[in-house]
Amino acid sequence: MATTLTTAPQRATERRPSHRPALGGRRKLPNLPAGVAGLIWLLIVLIPLYWILITSLKTQDNYFITNPFAPPTDPTLDNYRMVIEADFVRYFVNSAIVTAGAVLPAVLISFMAAYAIVRASHRSRFLRWVNSVFLMGLAIPLQAVIIPVYLIIIRLKLYDTLLAIILPSIAFAIPLSVLVLGNFIRDVPRELFESMRMDGATEWGTLRHLAFPLVRPALVTVIIYNGLSIWNGFLLPLILTQSPDQRTLPLALWTFQGQFSINVPAVLASVVLTALPILALYAVGRRQLLSGLTAGFGK
Amino acid sequence: MALPAFLMFVAFGIIPLIGVLVLSFTQWDGIGKINPAGFDSWRTVLSDPDLIHALWITFLIMALSWAFQTPISLLIGVYLAGHQRYREILAVIYFVPLLLSSAALAITYKALLDPNFGLGPGLKIPLLTQDWLGRDNLALGVVVFVVSWQFIPFHSLIYQSGVRQIPKAMYEASEIDGAGRVRQFFSITLPQLKYTVITSSTLMVVGSLTFFDLIFVLTAGGPGDATRALALDMYKRGFQANLMGPASAIAVILVLVGLALALLLRRLGGRDAAESQMEGV
Repeated sequence: MATTLTTAPQRATERRPSHRPALGGRRKLPNLPAGVAGLIWLLIVLIPLYWILITSLKTQDNYFITNPFAPPTDPTLDNYRMVIEADFVRYFVNSAIVTAGAVLPAVLISFMAAYAIVRASHRSRFLRWVNSVFLMGLAIPLQAVIIPVYLIIIRLKLYDTLLAIILPSIAFAIPLSVLVLGNFIRDVPRELFESMRMDGATEWGTLRHLAFPLVRPALVTVIIYNGLSIWNGFLLPLILTQSPDQRTLPLALWTFQGQFSINVPAVLASVVLTALPILALYAVGRRQLLSGLTAGFGK
Repeated sequence: MALPAFLMFVAFGIIPLIGVLVLSFTQWDGIGKINPAGFDSWRTVLSDPDLIHALWITFLIMALSWAFQTPISLLIGVYLAGHQRYREILAVIYFVPLLLSSAALAITYKALLDPNFGLGPGLKIPLLTQDWLGRDNLALGVVVFVVSWQFIPFHSLIYQSGVRQIPKAMYEASEIDGAGRVRQFFSITLPQLKYTVITSSTLMVVGSLTFFDLIFVLTAGGPGDATRALALDMYKRGFQANLMGPASAIAVILVLVGLALALLLRRLGGRDAAESQMEGV
């Protein structure tokens, strides 16, 4: 006991200079095990991505004879042309319609709901209840309710339409959107709302002119997050549509795979083409996306 | 103002949730009339060895992918939280797998692991030249690997933000006491990340119940029934065998298992279970 008390400060003074060589550099040694793990995982992530890209530029013959990691000897965009000619544009447009058609209304009504819940749930028992329903909704997996959703869509005579995908997509985007947007609106100082009311603004006015601009980053986050999951959605299109006309990209990928069967370069070109819009979006809104994905947990 | 969202969610979330329970007591082929059937579906399902198998596969995938993802995500998360030089670039690339659809990943890995034209034969590496998707254990391993490939970035991100919230003073104090890096990791980082581990594990565990697209496209449940997990089992019974009653019973089981797991993990950590299931959203 006594020894630690005396040696500790001593050690600190003699060690400190050598221990913190640079500003902010708390640690002397690089974090070796974690660094190695990071590097290995980086390779594990990169290799398939690189392979998809170079293979999609090879001809089918070239694919069968060359080293899979060698870049194509004479790169060709033929595979891309072939995929685009195989109605890719139609599927792309379908996916775009479904994604935009679901995300925008979902975020709009979620924003309204989040605003109402944050602003008025202290005096409305109903709103508190609505909020707990949404929270519970976070735990409902889409798979578990797909059979009744299918039944409802048939009864609404919407089977095999894009609207059949859009409606449930909206519903399943709501719980998380309300949670994230609600957390943001809660951070807006109460005084701002009060002064808006003093100035005679209506609730709608406050929503539009105060809450909307203040939570814009959260809105972008929620839009990107929902857009990502709806764009990549597979189960709803698989179950709720049937004809090629209504196919979205993930489903089209699955059918391309059958159609081009052994033409792996063409299949991979279709993988690249479906991922391209998302990658472009990622390039633009990376920070927003990351903060969005961690919103709600990670603390 | 909350009404549109509420009605929409009730229509396609809450009513179906009740509906699936009701449907599990009926007989329906997916097209014709729905007839009441009492406990028939439940009797069928509960006495069916296939259900036990599907449950077993589900738990196996869950446990293996948890055991595989957690240490790696933790290590990478700790690494990314530091001040490494190339962290920014790493973070950009790490994230790409999460952006791709499960269907795209399944298709890619199917080609990559092809025993005739895939990576192994192309590189002439015998170890990689296996009938990956044609043998039971290997196929299950591939599912676990591809899932991890997709989600490790996400979990390492959670860990990264967890590590950032550990007070720096704790490390400084321990350095004064002469604690090494390994000691610091086990005595400070890991205990401080307790809640992060639980959050991440909840997401992994409950999310793994809903792996559908990936397995459906990658193995379609095969070879045989080797990767026929619960969600896929439900799909096959309902939409391929047209037995909506038993499929609904499986869906109810899916919900119950998910809830039970979320509650269990919540008890462990005292965190909000509502934050589960994000991966399935």
